[in-house]
Amino acid sequence: MRIPLSWLRDFVDPQLAVDDLAELITNAGLEVTAVDHLGVAGAPFEWDRELVRVAHVLEVQQHPEADRLVIATVDYGGPAPKQVITGAPNLFEFIGKGDISALALLSPIVLEGGTYLDHYKNAKPTKLKAKKLRGIMNDAMLCSPVELGLGEEHDGILLAPAADWRHTGEAPEAGTALADVLGDSVIEIDIIPNIARCASILGVAREVAALTERELTPPSFEVKAEGPSFEGALKITTEHPELNPRFVAILVEGVEQRPSPLWMQHRLQLCGQRSINAVVDVSNYVMLEMGQPNHAFDWDFLRERADAYAGPEEPVHLITRLGRSEESLTTLDDAEHKIPQDTILVTDPAGNLSVGGIMGGRNSEIQGNTTTVLLEAAAWNFINIRKSARVLGLNTEASFRFSRGVHPSQAKLGALRAAELLRLHASGTISQGVVDYQPLVTELASIELSTGYVNRRSGLELDARTIARCLQRLEFEVVVLDDDRLEVTAPDHRLDVEGPHDLLEEVCRMVGYANIPETVLADSLPPQRGNPAIEVEERIQDLLAAAGFQETISYRLTTPEAEANTRVGPQCAAGPYVTLSNPSTLDRAVMRQSLLASVLDAARSNLKNADHLSLFEIGHIYIEDGGSAFGENLPSERLRLALILSGPSRTGGWDRPVGEPYDFFDLKGIVERLLASLHVDGVVFETAEHPSFRPGRTASLRIGDQSGELGHLGELHPTVVEQLALRTENPVLAADLDLEVLIAATQTSFKIDPVPLYPAIREDLALLVDSGTPESTVQEALEAAGKPLLSQVELFDVYTDDKLGGKKSLAYHLTFRAANKTLKDKDVGKLRRRILSILEKQIGATLRS
Amino acid sequence: MLQELDTIQVAATEALTNATDAEALEEWYRATLGRKGNVQQLSRRFGEVSAEERPLFGKRVNEIKTALQQAFDERSAAVKREHIEGLIAADALDVTLPGRQPRRGALHPSTLVLRRMTRIFGDMGFQVYRSPDVVTDEYNFEWLNMPPEHPARDMQDTFYTTQENVLLRTHTSAGQVMAMREYHPEPIRVILPGMCYRNEQITARSEIQFHQIEGLAVGTDITFADLKGTLTEFARRFFGRDRETRFRASYFPFTEPSAEMDVSCMLCDGAGCKLCKNTGWLEILGCGMVHPVVLRHGGYDPDVYTGFAFGSGPERIAMLRYGIEDIRYFWGNDHRFLEQYS
Ligand SMILES: [Zn+2]
Repeated sequence: MRIPLSWLRDFVDPQLAVDDLAELITNAGLEVTAVDHLGVAGAPFEWDRELVRVAHVLEVQQHPEADRLVIATVDYGGPAPKQVITGAPNLFEFIGKGDISALALLSPIVLEGGTYLDHYKNAKPTKLKAKKLRGIMNDAMLCSPVELGLGEEHDGILLAPAADWRHTGEAPEAGTALADVLGDSVIEIDIIPNIARCASILGVAREVAALTERELTPPSFEVKAEGPSFEGALKITTEHPELNPRFVAILVEGVEQRPSPLWMQHRLQLCGQRSINAVVDVSNYVMLEMGQPNHAFDWDFLRERADAYAGPEEPVHLITRLGRSEESLTTLDDAEHKIPQDTILVTDPAGNLSVGGIMGGRNSEIQGNTTTVLLEAAAWNFINIRKSARVLGLNTEASFRFSRGVHPSQAKLGALRAAELLRLHASGTISQGVVDYQPLVTELASIELSTGYVNRRSGLELDARTIARCLQRLEFEVVVLDDDRLEVTAPDHRLDVEGPHDLLEEVCRMVGYANIPETVLADSLPPQRGNPAIEVEERIQDLLAAAGFQETISYRLTTPEAEANTRVGPQCAAGPYVTLSNPSTLDRAVMRQSLLASVLDAARSNLKNADHLSLFEIGHIYIEDGGSAFGENLPSERLRLALILSGPSRTGGWDRPVGEPYDFFDLKGIVERLLASLHVDGVVFETAEHPSFRPGRTASLRIGDQSGELGHLGELHPTVVEQLALRTENPVLAADLDLEVLIAATQTSFKIDPVPLYPAIREDLALLVDSGTPESTVQEALEAAGKPLLSQVELFDVYTDDKLGGKKSLAYHLTFRAANKTLKDKDVGKLRRRILSILEKQIGATLRS
Repeated sequence: MLQELDTIQVAATEALTNATDAEALEEWYRATLGRKGNVQQLSRRFGEVSAEERPLFGKRVNEIKTALQQAFDERSAAVKREHIEGLIAADALDVTLPGRQPRRGALHPSTLVLRRMTRIFGDMGFQVYRSPDVVTDEYNFEWLNMPPEHPARDMQDTFYTTQENVLLRTHTSAGQVMAMREYHPEPIRVILPGMCYRNEQITARSEIQFHQIEGLAVGTDITFADLKGTLTEFARRFFGRDRETRFRASYFPFTEPSAEMDVSCMLCDGAGCKLCKNTGWLEILGCGMVHPVVLRHGGYDPDVYTGFAFGSGPERIAMLRYGIEDIRYFWGNDHRFLEQYS
């Protein structure tokens, strides 16, 4: 909503500089998003107060040397009239008319040295220089709107009767600075839903008056009704009073179709509205001024139809009703709309006329030859209007206001105001008798408020009188019942007041949020529960970042196809997807089911400019299985951890090459290290299959005796690498883990082994086993057989050779240690023989000689 | 014999100066003071010395032994020192050559900001409450005092799912009623971080997903003044103790009174600059007193309980803090952006 300051001043004088005013209302909830200046200080194009003035045109003569130029004699407030050469076509009609000063035509003039916007040079600010025009010296310029930044128009100079320049009708003296007449500052306010009442100049003026404690002077709603009586000429029926509680109509006859006065056009333009003609302009003006949208029907059109459906003696019958099936209407904007069934229409027995509160119909609108206008100002249900406007896709100034709520009390005032302006500016004659049909009266909200209510919630200590005063400033009626209680009635322009909490807000706004103290929470502290899961999650993040991994956060919206692309073969998704019914783009259509797919997407984009990758992400996946604790139709959301590792294992440098590419065991080591740091014991890695990973290089992770799978780890399947077009020659290692299982298995308290008191004996042992035997089987067998003295088993070599005849050699460093004595070689020798014999029996292992 | 002793001493002392490495020193020692060295050999010829000369001879032998041993020790130390000095001189590095970089990892900037916020609020007794991304209309709108067709629904373009009544939360406020229902009638102090979604055009300023962090305090004696005090303290801890805050009236359907909290611009200190669009203030969070309708849906009697709530966007704060100009960086996952946080 754009608020020209000059217009606001019609109703209240804030006695504040515009920036201070902007700050004041911003703090009170009317957020000022911009302050624009026109012609005055601060404007991008400022009108010099001396050199840009209003001039009175006295006479117009033909230029003796040029057919297309005239010489205008003007009074510009100087010691003597000045002759100005111009080509303005709108002066040509005055050539040879002699002294036309009585017409009191004013035009803006730029004097020598003043600046105008050169229309022929892209509105470049240009200093006016005196120069000869076809032999005659010229040192001033009468300007078109475009040359002063006043609009688009450049068909002629801005020329208007003196009485049209100010809304009061007061004529500016010749020589008045243009800035004092048309200069202005415009405050732009973001109309959020709770300040619908401020979607008008008057609405903002009310707030300003309340905040500055200055008097509000609303516009006059008096009308001079001099026409014949309108009694009995119009009948109204509202089929749904709850959707259309009030319908006001006034007839204005003898309306002339002409432009509206300059001041009105100017104000509309400042508000961002184009001027059409006096009838349309008045309608828009009243809507902007007081927030009541209104509509003008061509009365003769309505009458003609009534002649047909009822007879010449019968009244015009307007009916508001809901749309019927298959009904359509062509609106003012020439678009044909299929009318939804719960949209309210203004109709007559012959058909529909307009979409109530949203837009008029093409057929009943004011035509070029219309002289009798039926002004309608009605009240509509805001929810209904909101729905209709959305379904119809019609966002109009009227629907903007009605869908946020306009109090029914405003309807009659709006009709009266519009009628009077039509009388004044379109020569209309107002018929006597206003049709005011109000089938449902909207009661003013009445609320009991206590000082305790206000003070307990605000932290203030206000007495009843102070609270009353705050509310009275906003035109609430307040009766102070006693020291503690107040009876408050909302003013008739407010629909947003429902209970004491609304009054609390108004009191706080009037006190000023800045004047409310700042205190420390004194309320009792709730039980502190701690959040171990989140602590573990943060620790995992830290461990991985310390291990060189970069955290990513991906879009959680994707497509099933994009996720399928990270898999090989026919394996389908984990379950139904959470699917958007209104995706913004086709590639963000469902909630992800694979965190691995998210990280792989990040890998793909990063591989375009890097050969090394170490990424991790923690985030949810979503499966439409009704597994939520918060509602049976909600999906389950599982927290997962995905890791990616690829590229050279060490950065190169000036003295050494990059390292070998990472392989399976690098990522496995990192995962093992992570598990160890979290004290997750007994994780079993087993050969497994996974649709994203390369067979033979895939492991599943399971936590010992728990049935829950921790996830998978492996090298990306070559086909997946190809499907994703990953730009790398190196293996891509990835892990996809269930973070909830991992967190649950994490031990935050664990036992510490004592520091050994006695020295250890270390020995190496090389074993031959069948080449198909998993190493972990050998390791486990060693550990079991060596108990309790074998304290550490460390594989240091794996050797395969055809000469070994289907066997492989595994070599271990074994550490033997006793808790209570220094071991002797013979103790270890005995144990070693026992281990060998057990391993031979259990897994067919033999000592490699 | 005595003369021979003197000759040996002179020759040995001379030879010692020529021993320049450990090997030569060892050789010298063997030849001079060793068991088969000439000093030892000469001293064994004690019997050949006349009786009256014997005391003097013995004394001289000892003197020479001591003197040569001392000379040897000094020479050894000198050789060792020269050797180390030689090594140092030969192995000097160009210390201006670049160091070898370990792989660096880092947390995402949103994580960094979320953590700082949760830590500060944690100190004030606000605990993290996790709530889901996919919620019902009731949690996101209706129970937050936004019935169907409420004008405030227009402020948030919502992603709906094909399940009736199910949508992607447009704000973390959707978790308010969840927390209330879980904890009532106990007092509440929680923060709810999480991802939110809005069906908007993706531009440098707006995204279809973004984090929010919601705060909620419910009790029997919580005031708007407490809200101001708590959030101002947060702002000072987060942005610096010299920051000013400004609370201005605003609108959220689920709070009343509602406010926006601005923090004085850290770049221009309130004087006005490009970052703060010349206002001197940066919009940091929205807040207000919990609306009675919301309290009621959460199971709290609004005549007895009061509370406040607030919500803020970590990405927006990260943008202010790190001077990030484009919100699309956040989910772009470009390592060249992310690794700068390490
Ligand atoms: Zn600034």
